[in-house]
Amino acid sequence: MKLYCLSGHPTLPCNVLKFKSTTIMLDCGLDMTSTLNFLPLPLVQSPRLSKLPGWVLKDGSTFLDKELKECSGHVFVDSVPEFCLPETELLDLSTVDVILISNYHCMMALPYITEYTGFTGTVYATEPTVQIGRLLMEELVNSIERVPKAQSASMWKNKEVQRLLPAPLKDAVEVSMWRKCYTMPEVNAALSKIQMVGYSQKIELFGAVQVTPLSSGYALGSSNWIIQSHYEKVSYVSGSSLLTTHPQPMDQASLKNSDVLILTGLTQIPTANPDGMVGEFCSNLAMTVRNGGNVLVPCYPSGVIYDLLECLYQYIDSAGLSNVPFYFISPVANSSLEFSQIFAEWLCHNKQTKVYLPEPPFPHAELIQTNKLKHYPSIHGDFSNDFKQPCVVFTGHPSLRFGDVVHFMELWGKSSLNTVIFTEPDFSYLDALAPYQPLAMKCVYCPIDTRLNFIQVSKLLKEVQPLHVVCPEQYTQPPPTQSHRTDLMIDCQPPPMSYRRAEVLTLPYKRRYEKIEIMPELPPKPPQPPASKKRKRVSDDVPECKPLKPLLSGSIPVDQFVQTLEKHGFSDVKVEDTAKGHIVLLQEAETLIQIEEDSTHIICDNDEPLRVKLRDLVLKFLQKF
Amino acid sequence: MPEIKVTPLGAGQDVGRSCILVSIAGKNVMLDCGMHMGYNDDRRFPDFSYITQNGRLTDFLDCVIISHFHLDHCGALPYFSEMVGYDGPIYMTHPTKAICPILLEDYRKITVDKKGETNFFTSQMIKDCMKKVVAVHLHQTVQVDEELEIKAYYAGHVLGAAMFQIKVGCESVVYTVSIHNNMYRNLHLLLRVAAWIDKCRPDLLISESTYATTIRDSKRCRERDFLKKVHETVERGGKVLIPVFALGRAQELCILLETFWERMNLKAPIYFSTGLTEKANHYYKLFITWTNQKIRKTFVQRNMFEFKHIKAFDRAFADNPGPMVVFATPGMLHAGQSLQIFRKWAGNEKNMVIMPGYCVQGTVGHKILSGQRKLEMEGRQIVSFLLSKDDHFGKGGGGSKCFLIQEACAFFSLQLEVKMQVEYMSFSAHADAKGIMQLIRQAEPRNVLLVHGEAKKMEFLKQKIEQEFHVNCYMPANGETTTIFTNPSIPVDISLGLLKRETAIGLLPDVKKPKLMHGTLIMKDNSFRLVSPEQALKELGLAEHQLRFTCRVHIQDLRKEHETVLRVYNHLKAVLKDYSVQHLPDGSITVESILIQATAHSEDQGTKVLLVSWTYQDEELGSYLTSLLKKGLPQSTS
Repeated sequence: MKLYCLSGHPTLPCNVLKFKSTTIMLDCGLDMTSTLNFLPLPLVQSPRLSKLPGWVLKDGSTFLDKELKECSGHVFVDSVPEFCLPETELLDLSTVDVILISNYHCMMALPYITEYTGFTGTVYATEPTVQIGRLLMEELVNSIERVPKAQSASMWKNKEVQRLLPAPLKDAVEVSMWRKCYTMPEVNAALSKIQMVGYSQKIELFGAVQVTPLSSGYALGSSNWIIQSHYEKVSYVSGSSLLTTHPQPMDQASLKNSDVLILTGLTQIPTANPDGMVGEFCSNLAMTVRNGGNVLVPCYPSGVIYDLLECLYQYIDSAGLSNVPFYFISPVANSSLEFSQIFAEWLCHNKQTKVYLPEPPFPHAELIQTNKLKHYPSIHGDFSNDFKQPCVVFTGHPSLRFGDVVHFMELWGKSSLNTVIFTEPDFSYLDALAPYQPLAMKCVYCPIDTRLNFIQVSKLLKEVQPLHVVCPEQYTQPPPTQSHRTDLMIDCQPPPMSYRRAEVLTLPYKRRYEKIEIMPELPPKPPQPPASKKRKRVSDDVPECKPLKPLLSGSIPVDQFVQTLEKHGFSDVKVEDTAKGHIVLLQEAETLIQIEEDSTHIICDNDEPLRVKLRDLVLKFLQKF
Repeated sequence: MPEIKVTPLGAGQDVGRSCILVSIAGKNVMLDCGMHMGYNDDRRFPDFSYITQNGRLTDFLDCVIISHFHLDHCGALPYFSEMVGYDGPIYMTHPTKAICPILLEDYRKITVDKKGETNFFTSQMIKDCMKKVVAVHLHQTVQVDEELEIKAYYAGHVLGAAMFQIKVGCESVVYTVSIHNNMYRNLHLLLRVAAWIDKCRPDLLISESTYATTIRDSKRCRERDFLKKVHETVERGGKVLIPVFALGRAQELCILLETFWERMNLKAPIYFSTGLTEKANHYYKLFITWTNQKIRKTFVQRNMFEFKHIKAFDRAFADNPGPMVVFATPGMLHAGQSLQIFRKWAGNEKNMVIMPGYCVQGTVGHKILSGQRKLEMEGRQIVSFLLSKDDHFGKGGGGSKCFLIQEACAFFSLQLEVKMQVEYMSFSAHADAKGIMQLIRQAEPRNVLLVHGEAKKMEFLKQKIEQEFHVNCYMPANGETTTIFTNPSIPVDISLGLLKRETAIGLLPDVKKPKLMHGTLIMKDNSFRLVSPEQALKELGLAEHQLRFTCRVHIQDLRKEHETVLRVYNHLKAVLKDYSVQHLPDGSITVESILIQATAHSEDQGTKVLLVSWTYQDEELGSYLTSLLKKGLPQSTS
């Protein structure tokens, strides 16, 4: 059993497990932090961005000034943003049999894998994962394609050149492998390879391995996976949550008795308490709006936004915000809000009960009905007519590099009345803001990451008792910025095996048993050749294959054996004692039988009938196995 | 021999009151828990005393499975769980769990509030009963206990209907009450395209056979036909009555008419009678993932269940002049609004009634479908008819007017002449013969058992199944037990070493073909393990007893001993091509594990004695060698 680690990002994993001759890819995460090295893509020409000075090397050479721009001491690539793909060289990805997706954030690299590597297998994911994953991809493609950029920078990627660049560009990994965004046809082709599955559905792979998705409690349709044969069980835990938000709670019991537990997708902000962050989010939002400022919330179109809207639904009246408009702007805003209402079976118990009434499970339906929440596909069109300030805008992308959020950053960044509140934990907010500096607007960092923290992990591991834990290396040491916090790492016995990008791990396990089925009937006896021909057969034909004789056990009581011999016509039996046992002599037949505790040796002339007769008498006293 | 026992408590050679007991590998499962539309007394519910006379049912049943929300499949549930007493798990899909209590409450209201029955389940009992329900996802394998597992498959029919696979070890039963009629053929308008089940080869398939003899034309033809008839009637100024049940086919027909009206720009009003309609549409909206691809794809832009042309019906509208189309409940014209409208419109030959589904014997629907055109609507008759039939209401809801009609009818005594046109459109989503045959082809069961159908029709289908698939087909009556013998394989654990050793012998095992293996079966703590004999001895703490034979073979050979040995060696090497024959430095020969040594005869120098020695395990070869050597050595050896 081997694990190939194709991604270095612990929350956007991509691993390949080879197990019992099946090759299973676990998740297909796309590391988008690479986009932070690029300049934002403004929807309308931004004078500020276009006036940024080109970057000049220390020695004064300016050959990169077209590709690299400088803003407040940071250097950015002026090009279409690119993403860091999972390793594609570590193993032949066309040999991957299946891809298991754990949640919609972890499938963003899917088109790169299914469309460019010769992949011919099947992808398994739950229905909400597929539908919302499609929305995320649609939004991504849309926000990049609608602002075509003439320039595509590549000079800086030259290894010799990259060496000269300032950090973080200097340290960026595998820049030659960075790729531009895929297109909608590629997205559609990739999604068509997905087979939808339900929680606790057992899926047989080639009769060798069974895979089962389990609720992981993190997002709509998010799952952990059990990969098992009859005797070995590998649990793949990726992006799980024990907090009660909207999704179905995590199924922990089914993870018990794993031989190997692969643990990825823990919280990225282990020090922040999500509940506290939501409170802070609400109070900052209220304060800004009361002071006449606008609030910008960079977010994904699905996920935490549902919980935020639900909190606001309960909060706005008491906070006196009933008249403040909430705008949700995304090409998939409407779809996301609608889809959230139809996945009742994937929701937590409270929300499920609502559907039985029948009422929509999420209160944002009411916010929309009462016109408190409005959604638009983009800032063009209806939105520009309806737009009233002060307001709250939810829009993407959380990296602040593309999407409508770029427009609002440029629009509101100059006023200190406005606030941008970061809730998504995927990007460092300081890095995200860097190309907008200097900035007057207030920045509040309320990362809401409901995934498991280290305390929950150690509780979980105690509960489910895996024999071995495998995790990204980041989880085996304290975070680099808080090296004294030894509580912020996985602590278990035996210590976890860790992996890093482009590493291959051999997982410790030994298969000892296999399952077969036996038929209740006895097998047909091989046809016995007629007695007269037996002699011929024995002498003429070499035995074809070694017929299997049972092993024998037991011991032979000499007295009884002698009695039996006499009963069968051997009259001249003589017994001699030896050091280890006895020797039985049949004088007339010139035969000698040595009997010891664990062995019997019949020494006779070549007289087959006699030998067979003696054999049968001996066997009477022994057990066959 | 292991067996599966099936006893219908209801729906055995009958339509209604589905309730089937299955005993499989020591587990008892109850499939459905329905009420009968034809009875008002004790017979309306299954006779649970069959399970146990005294004591709670929980001790005798491992679980209850409900296939869909129709009352003839779940109507007895609160009575069963709360009044008779059952606390075990009840499994159904999410939509069924959502809709079922509403229909039960409706049923209760009619029985208790309108008819004044007392010994009936209460609203609280419905609630308590629903608390015992565990909702299942499609394809989710639910582990009821360590051995018993169930799995739901999509069945079409109505929102949330499911087939269930019940499995214990290697034995399994598939229960499908209402698979969608035209599997694999036409795009189903409302529900997902096809009921689907994998080739699970169950020991037994229990299937519904409501439409056993009907092999219906393609769905699209029927839809076209339906629209044509409605259109023609409306064009000539007639009124169209479509009796339906509130949930299910009604929504589909509405969508059909709505799109048609839109396309043809028709102006005649379409009405949908009261009842659960609005609520029902809401369920469809929230459970849209259970509907078909087209509806699911477009639901963000346009909700198929918000109708432009279809408006709520008011009783007064029935007397309006001019054409109109009315969907009215209930579906069998046995009471309520549909019957009321029918009476008003029956006398006019311009009008039309379209029956889109099955009608139970005794209902007005059944009568007119069987060609009766003069209906005795005499008061006394009507009252008694209603009394025996009005529990039927629950199925469709909308029956709140039942009691009124009953009273009103007492004043009239008339012979109703049906001049309006009567059309039958089998849109009802029960399985027809074709659907069942396709399902059998797909799942490849070893036995089939038919329920929920009329005896005669079942007989027809039974013959058809036996002829075509050569499997046993049963159709037990209520209370009659069918026993099916199964021959399950026994799963055992085999040590990997033994498996590799055994598969290395001979050819590679043929997939799915039995293979002969040799090992020792250890039964311990309820588990079976097949291990090598060596390991078995070791585990049992037994020593191996070696049985060895040494035979003396005399050979006439004047040469020196080592030369004799060489001749023997060459001879054996020539004969035993596939064996490893070795000449060891100490002068002995081995053939595999058989040892041959030569000594000179103590008395006769011209005779050499070959000692051939082998263990019991190599007996065949050893015995063969001795007889081979006994025949002497060939002369022509170098």
